[in-house]
Order: sequence, then structure tokens, then C-alpha cells
Amino acid sequence: MILKPIISMAVAALISTSAWGETLFINDATVHTMGSQAVLHDTDILVRDGRIQSVGPGLNAPADAFVIEANGRPVTPGFFAGITGMGLVEISADDLSVDSALESDRLRPEFNVTTAYNPHSTVIPVTRIEGFTWSVLGASRSGSIIGGQGRAVSLDGNYQSFLGDTLLFIDVGGDASGQSAGSRAAQWMLLDQAMTEAGSEVRWSPETLLTVAGRTALAGYKIEGTVVFHVDRASDILQALHFAGRHQLNPVISGGTEAWMVADQLAEAGVPVLINGLSNLPANFDMLGARLDNAAILHEAGVTIAFTGEDTHEARKLRQAAGNAVANGLPYEAGLAAMTINPARIFDLGEGQGTIGGNSRADIVIWSGDPLEVTSAADQVILNGKAIEMVSRQTLLRDRYLPENPELPRAYIKP
Amino acid sequence: MTTRIIVLAALTLFLAIHPPAWAEPYPSTYTPMTSSPVLIVNATILTGTGERIDNGSLLLSNGRIVSVSAATDSIDAGDAEVIDAQGRWLTPGLIDVHSHLGVYASPDIDAHSDGNEATAPSTAEVWAEHSVWPHDPGFNRALAGGVTALQILPGSANLIGGRGVTLKNVRSNSYQGMKFPAAPHGLKMACGENPKRVYGERKQAPSTRMGNVAGYRAQWVEAQKYIQDWETYENRKNGKRNDRNDRNGESKVPKRDLRLETLAGVLKGEILVHMHCYRADEMMTILDMAKEFGYRVSAFHHGVEAYKIAAELAETGVCGALWADWWGFKAEAYDGIQENIAIVDRPEGGCAIVHSDSDEGIQRLNQEAAKAMSRGQRAGMDIPPERAIRWITANPAKSMGILDQTGTLEPGKMADVVLWNGDPFSVYAKADQVFIDGALVFDRADASRQPVSDFELGQQLGAAK
Repeated sequence: MILKPIISMAVAALISTSAWGETLFINDATVHTMGSQAVLHDTDILVRDGRIQSVGPGLNAPADAFVIEANGRPVTPGFFAGITGMGLVEISADDLSVDSALESDRLRPEFNVTTAYNPHSTVIPVTRIEGFTWSVLGASRSGSIIGGQGRAVSLDGNYQSFLGDTLLFIDVGGDASGQSAGSRAAQWMLLDQAMTEAGSEVRWSPETLLTVAGRTALAGYKIEGTVVFHVDRASDILQALHFAGRHQLNPVISGGTEAWMVADQLAEAGVPVLINGLSNLPANFDMLGARLDNAAILHEAGVTIAFTGEDTHEARKLRQAAGNAVANGLPYEAGLAAMTINPARIFDLGEGQGTIGGNSRADIVIWSGDPLEVTSAADQVILNGKAIEMVSRQTLLRDRYLPENPELPRAYIKP
Repeated sequence: MTTRIIVLAALTLFLAIHPPAWAEPYPSTYTPMTSSPVLIVNATILTGTGERIDNGSLLLSNGRIVSVSAATDSIDAGDAEVIDAQGRWLTPGLIDVHSHLGVYASPDIDAHSDGNEATAPSTAEVWAEHSVWPHDPGFNRALAGGVTALQILPGSANLIGGRGVTLKNVRSNSYQGMKFPAAPHGLKMACGENPKRVYGERKQAPSTRMGNVAGYRAQWVEAQKYIQDWETYENRKNGKRNDRNDRNGESKVPKRDLRLETLAGVLKGEILVHMHCYRADEMMTILDMAKEFGYRVSAFHHGVEAYKIAAELAETGVCGALWADWWGFKAEAYDGIQENIAIVDRPEGGCAIVHSDSDEGIQRLNQEAAKAMSRGQRAGMDIPPERAIRWITANPAKSMGILDQTGTLEPGKMADVVLWNGDPFSVYAKADQVFIDGALVFDRADASRQPVSDFELGQQLGAAK
């Protein structure tokens, strides 16, 4: 791909050295491994140097280990926060603090949001203390049908914590038709032309769609590049599959409100779907088939599913979306998989990611109760093998205003 | 015959108020669906009054709650149908004080954008009910989530957006057929970013928060004058002199003004103010303004910073209609915390409401309340379910002026009831059955009791089978 993952992982390793040399031991947990071991009761987890070293009953805690008593509480891999503008958006309505979209109606596949990523955004601690350890930075709502490029990112607060390959975002359907002369048929026409230009030597003219940089960027996806199609209507989903087939892309469907109608085709093509688990209204004419058992039907048909929302600040609500999908027929463990191992596979985070086992990255959450239940919360999040401080700007505000009748103005209360 | 005389007498009384309130011109035509008596036994009952009854029974008859009790043996249920609710929970019907169903209907197309008359900063003359599309599929989704009554409000583009209407969540071809009998009108007002942005971008007032406040005050001054003009007129008509220099018998009928009529209704306590306001400092300004002009704010809506002034809200008896976890979508929502509802609820006299402002949130008010409850508990507050249920039943009913009719399970009240498949404070909870005025209006297990809107009928017939 365009950015070689190996290089950037090395960069990440240089920066995030804090976890190195640390040992952490979780005692007596109910471990949802999300791997071949399924659910393990009365189980311990040993973490060293940011990686999971062993998982099993009756392990011995090394003398130097930081020990967390789980007391039987559920433990899962860190949850996936969906496709968001995490670190790209501070206040949605304030244009100056929003970098997730290119406001241009030209096709600019070379636009890559990762260069705008700010790990110091307040949204990141707010999200990660709720049990979400990674997200995909999306460029899916830009001014043109090719949103640009994004990439998965760990919410560990480092500058270069990108994971997996770079991704391309394409937005098709009724709500994008204004960007393509009013017809979704023109969307595929333009996208086909762009793919033809990509990597070609055709001379620039007023009729060409892409810049020289854009051609190079798009050419990088031509064989097996992962392309996220934001699309809802069943017929458009099938068009996306055809398009991906024509150009040998590796498609992911995002939105997928009517994906259940073409579940068999998606399963046969092995194409995963990221859905909004709470969508059940005909919000527009692409979403007339919205229903709460979309996840259950897709899963039953053999489609790999994950969840994504509409709003960066509300990413923590995905847990509730997964819970509702389970309440509407999705098997419980499939609901957990949709938050962990499924997205890790969809976005190619690497062997073992999204599971607790086999030397995977130690991104782990200890929950107060059922991780998909609205009355549960993340008690402790572990990122890169390190127990993070469970603090955000919101918890500080809470702690400033919790005391009743303080002696001094609250500005003097600095939790 | 007798009824007609009473109605006429009431009307005469009504018209004698200055200025004339003009008898309700778009009256409710709602009549409950037919029902027969139902006795629900062995249920865990959250009454909405702060009480929890385990293994309780509830008797509904003639559209009313007859009894709520801890044991079945003392009830004379007559020929009531008996529902065994072993393992299930009963609550009052859920109430949403802030909805735009019908005025921003699904599908969300331009043709359905009827919620903001964003053409002038004060449009107190518009009524949300005149925009309500009764076939919005969102009403049925909300019903499946246990919502039995809701207030439809205009949007927040304007300082004064217009009148809200309270509806029963029943199906009809008109909003009049849904209109909650005898519920007072609401008035939507808005603080902060929205009005100053909408009008500031047009280079007109208001473009600042101080411009907002000047804008409301000018409206109230006009409304005071309007009331006075009508009083003067009525006095002269009745032969009373308004002051020493006043001469009798020389008065013209003041011109009727729909905008001022609404504002006068607020100043006279007949219309309840529902004020969109995020920041604590702005809410404090509004409380002073209400004192200045002698009216009450019924509830601050959204109030993302309400937790900063929980004591002041409780003291003035103003409710906070809030979200469980929305934040960050604009600057005035930047300080949102998940304990907001619990903190507003904490002081003596505190009145917290979980509201939706969303066609998704209204379907899951119980889940939103569950999140707020558990966050409060984690912060050390003792909030049992029987307390938290008030946030989505009694408290919204109180703020809408309908608590004497619904919002709790008490004998004599409307039989607006939800039977849940388990503890409603759970992501897995579902409404098994919903009763409005004693009629079974939704049954999860019976498709014949699941309404479908005209819009959704036959949408996917084209697909190959």
C-alpha cells in the first residue's frame, strides 16, 4: 500500500516505549478471548512488554507485576469505535476544529486524513475510558464521492499509532448524488473513469478527473486495496460489489442499511459490512428497508459484521448498538465479535488482533458487568499492556461539580 | 343538553379573560380505542411516584387505572382479562417532552422539513401542530419503545419558535385525533448558538447572546402592552375608568395579534415555556428574565451544563430535560458529562427529565434513563429504578402540565401503561404490551396490534421473491 505498515509500526514502537518492560497480571477474570478458546472462566492473563504472554487458570503473578483483581468480571479485547473523525474533530459545528473532510467537489483520492490526526483531542480520552481502544479514521463525508484516505488508529494517545493498511473511502447513493450531476449512475461512471486514469500515462486535460498525485494514490488500491464504500440501498450495494470486482478491490460496506436484502450475495463475495445497529427508520429513500435485525440476518447468512455510528463524539454509544442488535436476534458472542475480532480482521490489523491470546497487542478491557449492557461500564482499560488512567475532561468536570456546597468557587477544585 | 350548557358556560368564562384566549380553535377529537378491563398480576411495578411494588397487580377498566396493589386477593376484578406478568415489569407509559416527530418526519426529505419557521427571530404565532404529519413512521417506532405521550416542539432556530403540542401516541389521520385532551400548549424558546447563528449569518439581529436576550425582552414588553390594551378595552366596555383621565365609551377593539396572543398566554400562566438552553450562565440569565416579566420556565431543554446549577434549578422548580450522553457537536455542548441527569435530580426538589430530541432516542428512553442511572450510581448517588423511572414518566408529565392525568400509576389516572419483558433499565428490555387509556395499542407478540404508517405500506413489493 501507500504507507508500508511495517515502517509505520516501527515508528510507533519508537514513540510508544512507555509500555516496554512492564508486566501486568489480571487475576480471576471471565475472559472472552474472541479466539479459539471462546469464553474462559476463573482465568488469569499475563501481559509483558505490551503483549499478551499467557492466558489460563492458576497462572502465577510475577513478583514485579502490576496485579489487577478482576473478581470474575468480564474481560474482552478493546472495543472498536467505528469509523470516526477521532482526533480530526474537536467540536463538530466549529469548522476550524474539523479536519475530517476535504471541502472540494473534485475527486482527490490523494487526500489523506491521517496527516491531520491529533492524539491530544479531548474526544480520545472520553472514548477510550469507555472501553474503546481503536478506531478507523474515515474520510467518508467529503465534498466528492471519493472521500479520500484514512487508516485505523490506536487510541493510545501517540502521534503515529496507526494500524493496518491505508484505506480508501468512497461515498455513493442518494445523499451523495449532488456531487455527481444528480444521478447515482454518474457516480459509477465517474468512478470507472477515475480507475482508468489511475496509474495511466494519459495527459492531463480538462476532461481528466484526477491530479497526477491522485492517479498515483488511486493506483495503489488497484490490486487488493481496501476500499470502504459508504452505501445503504440494496441495489447500490450490489453495484459496489460489481465495481470492486471490475477493479480487483477489496471492498468493505459501511452503512449497509439494506444489506440484509443482499446478505447471500455479500456472504458469497466474502464482503464485510459495518452497520449502524440502531437504524430502523426509513430516514431517506436509500434506507426504506431499515430494520433492527439487519445484524442478525447478515450474521446468519455468514457475513462478517461490525458496527459504526454517525457521530465521532458518540462513538461510545456503539456498545449500546451492539446490545440492541443482540436484543434483536444477533447471538451474544457474535455481538462481542462485531466489536472486537471482526473489525480487526476487516481492517487487517494483523494475526491475533481483536483477541486475547497468542502474543496479541494487550489492548484489554475489564468491565463492571456485561460489556453490551447499558448499565455496565469499563472499570479498567489496558492499552499497549499498560493500565491507563481512567480520566477524561468529562470525569474532571464531574469531579469538580460533584461536591455539594463547596467552600470556594469550583474553579479552585482541580480533581 | 346539560353538557352543552356547561361547555357554553366554560366558554363564556374563558372569553372573559383579558385579552380573550379565544376558545381552543383546533380542538382534540381523540377518542380512545375500545378496551375491556385488564388485570395484570405478579408484576414488578414502578409506579412513577417513587415506589416499587414487587408481585404487584394493576387493574385497568374504562380507560382508567382502578387499583395498584401489592396483592391480588383483595381485588374485585370482575370479568377482567388476567395477564400473568411473572418476571415482567410494569411502568407508566413513557413520555417524551421533546420530540420533532411529524414536523421533521421520516423520510428526512426537504418536503418534510416543517419544524423551524426560520424567517424571523420571533414566530410565537406558529403552532407545531399545524406541521405534524400523522403518518410519520417514527410514531410507531416510539410506540414499540413504550412512548404513550409526547410533546412536539418547533425547532430552535428562533428565539421564540412557536407553540408545541402534546399528543397521545395514537394513530389518526389528523393531529387533532392524537391531541392530548386538555393539555396546555407549550412555547418553544431557544438560547445560545442557534438563533444567533441563523440570524447573524443574515446580518440581522440577533447575532450575539446579548442580542438574544434583548430580542426576548422586547417581545415580553410587547406582550405586556398587549395584555394592558385588552384590559383597558374590557374595562371601558364595562364602564370602568382605567385612570383619572380616562373617558368611558371611547374605546376601539384592539387588533388581534397571533404572536402576542401566544406570549400573553405565557405571561398569564396558560402556556408552558420549554426553553432550549445549553450553558449554565445563559440559564441563569433566563431565570432572571422570567422574574423580570413574571412568568415561569417549565423546563430547560438539552441543558448540557445543567449540572453546574443543579441547586438553582431545584430552588426555582425548573426541570432539566436532558440527554444521557450527547456532547461536543457544538461549543455550548462541549462540557457535557454523563452524570448530568443524576446531578440535576439530586437536590431536594430537583426535577430531571430524560428527553430525546431524536427519532432514535425516543425509541429507547428506557435505555437512556438506564445509562444516566448507572452513571449516577457509579458516582456514588443512590438511584434505584423506582426513582429513575420518574425521569421518563412523572417528571416530563409535570413539565407538560399533564401530571394530573398521566405519568404515574395511580387510581383514577389514564390507563397509560407499559408491560416490559423484564427490567426496563436494560439494553435487552422490550415493551411487550402498551396500553393507552386502557386500550391495547401495541403488542409485540401480535401483529394485528402493531400499527403501520401509510407511508411504509407496500414499500418493498417490487423486489423479486
